[in-house]
Amino acid sequence: MESVVQTRNSNTHYGWVAVLFHWLMAPAIIGMFALGWWMVGLGYYDPWYRQGPDIHKSVGILLLILLVARLVWRWVNIEPSPEPAPRWQQRAAGAAHWLIYALLLAIFVSGYLISTADGRAIEVFNWFSVPATLQGLENQEDIAGIIHEWLAWTLMGLVLVHGLAAFKHHFVNKDNTLRKMLGMNARKGQ
Amino acid sequence: MKKLASLLFAALVASSIGATAQAANYQFDTKGAHAFVQFRIKHLGYSWLYGRFDKFDGSFVYDEAKPEASSVQVTVDTTSLNSNHAERDKHLRGEDFLNVAKYPTAIFKSTSFTPNGDGKAVLKGDLTLHGVTKPITIDVEEIGGGKDPWGGYRQGFTGKTEFKLKDFGIDYDLGPASQVVEMILDVEGIRQ
Repeated sequence: MESVVQTRNSNTHYGWVAVLFHWLMAPAIIGMFALGWWMVGLGYYDPWYRQGPDIHKSVGILLLILLVARLVWRWVNIEPSPEPAPRWQQRAAGAAHWLIYALLLAIFVSGYLISTADGRAIEVFNWFSVPATLQGLENQEDIAGIIHEWLAWTLMGLVLVHGLAAFKHHFVNKDNTLRKMLGMNARKGQ
Repeated sequence: MKKLASLLFAALVASSIGATAQAANYQFDTKGAHAFVQFRIKHLGYSWLYGRFDKFDGSFVYDEAKPEASSVQVTVDTTSLNSNHAERDKHLRGEDFLNVAKYPTAIFKSTSFTPNGDGKAVLKGDLTLHGVTKPITIDVEEIGGGKDPWGGYRQGFTGKTEFKLKDFGIDYDLGPASQVVEMILDVEGIRQ
């Protein structure tokens, strides 16, 4: 189980930067969904009533920054060639990846538009604050809220498909799809 | 000049007749925003939180000579709740509180108006809020009325009432000091 130590992507491998982006963001995104779903049900006297949304908003802004950096990194790197599979599957996988990026971006923007609808800034862990831009649209926080929630559920559906596909490649096709994203070398004998 | 004088006289007579005539219909001056539907509720028992509804409409019938025959009706767009904080407004419009997606309007219809004779009165009526209709009592005070500078005739009142949120099926726990909400209604009506 030797791992690959290269910064940039190659034809056969993801570099450690791409791997790190993936594994930093994946658990954070799933955690954000769980936190968001949980925190909106909290009672007013719950200690997490304020802390939950504060963390959710802060992590959301950081994830947006990570996503932009990740897309830039993807732009200046080549993508490893996909494992042998029917053409439609390769296309579907590619479309799913771009759809995940698009959904993430839309979720971050809609979330930002909820909290900044009245012109208030978003405080990121008392570290820096992101000012409001688009604000004061009629019922902006409600509309952005509905979009945010629906897109989050859609994303989780897609994440499930994405994860199942990765396991299918690993355990059924026994190819290197998942190993590549784990920064591992190809299976022996291939 | 003579013509103008007689015209003015005619207008004066007409308006004074109008003023003493029977019950007149008044429309809330929502266009000029001389009407307000506000609420306040205690926060943790430590301070008052104020909010308002930006969109509503209403009318009343008022007869200075026979005020006990007065009646009022108000329709409030609950989606227009505004407490000057988007995240809170979203929460208050949501399912934990007003559920405006399901109940976008609140309605008040008066059933009786009992003047005390000192410019104060008791207004009773049915309030439909959050899908629940219950009788409420509003303490009314007449602020003033008369001609406005632009050829119209106005009548203004202020009213106060309070009720438990639970009475209207809103049971999100804001704490023991925040069970009761006060409503403050200020209206200026323009005679139609």
